[in-house]
Amino acid sequence: MSRFDKDWVRRNGVYVALVLLLLINIAITDNFVSAGTLRLQLIQVAPVLLVALGMALVIGTEGIDLSVGAVMAIAAALVPLYIGYGTVGALLISVLAGAVTGVLAGVLVAKVGVQPIIATLGIMVAGRGLANVFGGEIKSIRDPGMVELGTGDLLGIPYVVLIAAVVAALAWFLVRRSTYGRQLVAIGGNKRAAELAGLPVKRVLITTYVICGLLAALAGVLMAARSQASDPTKLGMLVELSAITAVVIGGTPLSGGQVRIAGTIAGALLMQLITATLIFHDIPDSTAQVAQAVIVVAAVYVQLGRKKARKKTGQKVTT
Amino acid sequence: MTTTPTATRARVARSAQRQGALVILVVAVVASTFAFDSFGTAGNLTNIALQASFLAVVALGMTFVIMTGGIDLSVGSVFALGGVLAAWGAQYGTWVAILLPLLVCGAIGLVQGLIIARGGLPPFIVTLAGLLFARGVLLLISDEGATTYKVPPDSAFRELAQGSLFGIGYPIWIVVVAFGIGALVLHRTTYGSTVLAIGGQEDAADLMGLPVVRAKVVTYLASGLLAGFGGLLIASYTSSGVTVLGVGMELEVISAVVLGGTLLTGGAGTILGTLVGVLLLQVIKNVINQVGSLNSNWQAVVSGTILLIVVTLQRWLSRQVK
Repeated sequence: MSRFDKDWVRRNGVYVALVLLLLINIAITDNFVSAGTLRLQLIQVAPVLLVALGMALVIGTEGIDLSVGAVMAIAAALVPLYIGYGTVGALLISVLAGAVTGVLAGVLVAKVGVQPIIATLGIMVAGRGLANVFGGEIKSIRDPGMVELGTGDLLGIPYVVLIAAVVAALAWFLVRRSTYGRQLVAIGGNKRAAELAGLPVKRVLITTYVICGLLAALAGVLMAARSQASDPTKLGMLVELSAITAVVIGGTPLSGGQVRIAGTIAGALLMQLITATLIFHDIPDSTAQVAQAVIVVAAVYVQLGRKKARKKTGQKVTT
Repeated sequence: MTTTPTATRARVARSAQRQGALVILVVAVVASTFAFDSFGTAGNLTNIALQASFLAVVALGMTFVIMTGGIDLSVGSVFALGGVLAAWGAQYGTWVAILLPLLVCGAIGLVQGLIIARGGLPPFIVTLAGLLFARGVLLLISDEGATTYKVPPDSAFRELAQGSLFGIGYPIWIVVVAFGIGALVLHRTTYGSTVLAIGGQEDAADLMGLPVVRAKVVTYLASGLLAGFGGLLIASYTSSGVTVLGVGMELEVISAVVLGGTLLTGGAGTILGTLVGVLLLQVIKNVINQVGSLNSNWQAVVSGTILLIVVTLQRWLSRQVK
């Protein structure tokens, strides 16, 4: 395959795969084309998409955030504890907790200079423990406002899906149209050069981890609201892996310097559709995991062309 | 070598970086011995060592991986898979119970190593896929996790982890021997120096004509083998293949290695440091169990916080070196 073809596959492979899988399902899955199926798939993908959008920004800076699942669990565990302050109060406190963990990760990465994977690993381990300490066993959430947030809808569109759509639009705007977005991409492309150019590297990095923490916390609250319970042990478990996968198969390179929001959305939808397809056809979870593993490696392999180019020239290939 | 003030400071910083965890471990052990009557007993201390040995075996492989500047996220799943395969294999004989998990887990490590070293894919992604893959295979052979295989009561395989020599359990002996071999391999073989050279500066190692690709493949193969071996030890110890084991273990193992002073950027580290890191994590767990009033979830909180403090200190010290 020529460079051009490889590049085209890398950029658009995820959309092609998504459309193909949709067509296959329309052809072979009974009752696939129905409002109910679509609605359920979108509701299920929404929290993962929120996390993946934050992850895309972090990966754009050449970072990674392993703490998102634990942050979801913390946020969800806080909901029943602070529901006395009302729906909005509890929501704000939970999301604020996500911002706090984001500040911690950002400061460790930007100011102390700890590698993102280790900084967020520490937060992940401690955070999951804290969620369990706060939350204890599974607690039910009966607040009508929360239940409405999790299960209600506006003009037929579930709130959860609506929120994810709005956040996705905002993220696209941030990356493509804001100064922050341009700075983020520049930092991910070449941190040293960005520093020399006088960009506020530390501030942008911290902001990025805060956004990621906020979105993870929001996703955690929405998930808890939807299931009307917070389960600190299980909620958000391994979500970091799903989010990273969605971002990577969406065409955002792990080496930073690029953020592809549309690709991330398609990546999250594709992962959801793969899982759903296997469930529709009674293929067990285990096979789904093996399939997911193969897809991840294949998706990254397609990115390889430009990595090798980078190695040869000793610098990053930017688009 | 001439001793300039900078060099002295660098040496102090480096030894603090390497021995930091050991100091914390000694302080923790001494303090706990005075604080809790039940902590310092021989029974409790051997128990800590025994519990730590399963993690230690896996952490040994991870130390080499991290020294090459890589990472292996698959070890938790591979550990669990090794345990289930061992327990299943035990019904066909002790050698099946030992060789089957080593074969399968070694193969997973080998494939990961080939993809990383030859294909040039990032270790993070490849071993993340390995995590999903091994867990998927585990679920497939255990009927979606519903079946727990038992080691037959008369199987000699049980003896491997349940037996003891001079009152000290076999797993502890195994760890002592394995870490001794590990240290020898690192410091006395070409492979060992290649590993350190790769982590220091991969391109330079390549230009020097060192067998970079082969060393990387061997490293991931060894990590897979050791993770599988840890799994088969725990299967022997518990006499069963427990499918829920190993979730999040990769992170605990990485923590232990980092606590032990191995730099995540690769190129530096010690085998003994890893052992200290593993013991420190196990002592924290034990102490929190001793404080009856503390919820066991504090284990994770304390381990995570200590990890963050240690890496912050490491960064600070390495800046002093510069």
